[in-house]
Amino acid sequence: MKSYIIQLAASRLLPVTLILSLLVFYRGHNEPGGGFIGGLMASAGFIFYAMAFDTQEARKKLKINPLTLMVLGLVTAVTSTIPALFAGNPFFTGEWISINLAFAGTLKLGTPLLFDLGVYLTVWGIMLMIIFNIMEE
Amino acid sequence: MNSYALIPEWVSISTLAMLALAILLAMFRLMKGPTLPDRIVALDLIAALCMCFAIAYAISSSEVRYLDIAAIVALVAFIGTVAYATYLKKKYL
Repeated sequence: MKSYIIQLAASRLLPVTLILSLLVFYRGHNEPGGGFIGGLMASAGFIFYAMAFDTQEARKKLKINPLTLMVLGLVTAVTSTIPALFAGNPFFTGEWISINLAFAGTLKLGTPLLFDLGVYLTVWGIMLMIIFNIMEE
Repeated sequence: MNSYALIPEWVSISTLAMLALAILLAMFRLMKGPTLPDRIVALDLIAALCMCFAIAYAISSSEVRYLDIAAIVALVAFIGTVAYATYLKKKYL
């Protein structure tokens, strides 16, 4: 399908989708959102890009193999369990640190955020892998 | 129901009721639709009406978070329509 309007829309909408998915991902701990829905949105942008152009073009735009993305996400999710062991707490305990920024308040970082990042990358990679393989058949 | 006095309560309630009725009518078209393009347009209409419902509920309950749902549905829903259109084009051409 080579429609110029859809191609233009896809190339303009891809960054918007990624930014909105990162927003949904970041506020996911206390408000609606989270890693899973963020990963789905990020993959929706690339799926639309692949529908407008081609799957090869979308793979070139992604620059990284979806399988690599998935493995990276799983490794990140496993890494998030390790700091609890060093702190002497049970496995998978959420550990939080607060960074005091001078003007923008405090930034709370913790292992749940890292785990959510792993979910985000895994969902992104596996959705793109499934959809690209189906579209290339 | 709403803390702001800008919009009377009966206006928001009747808006939600009419939108629900519109979704039901679109569902009827989705089930009955004689051809496949009718059903696809009905699905697109249902997505747009869900967006309107989220916005109306955000106004009536003065809760900002429902607006994000509307933005996300607007950004994602039409991809499904484009996918159906691609399928139709592959099937009939």
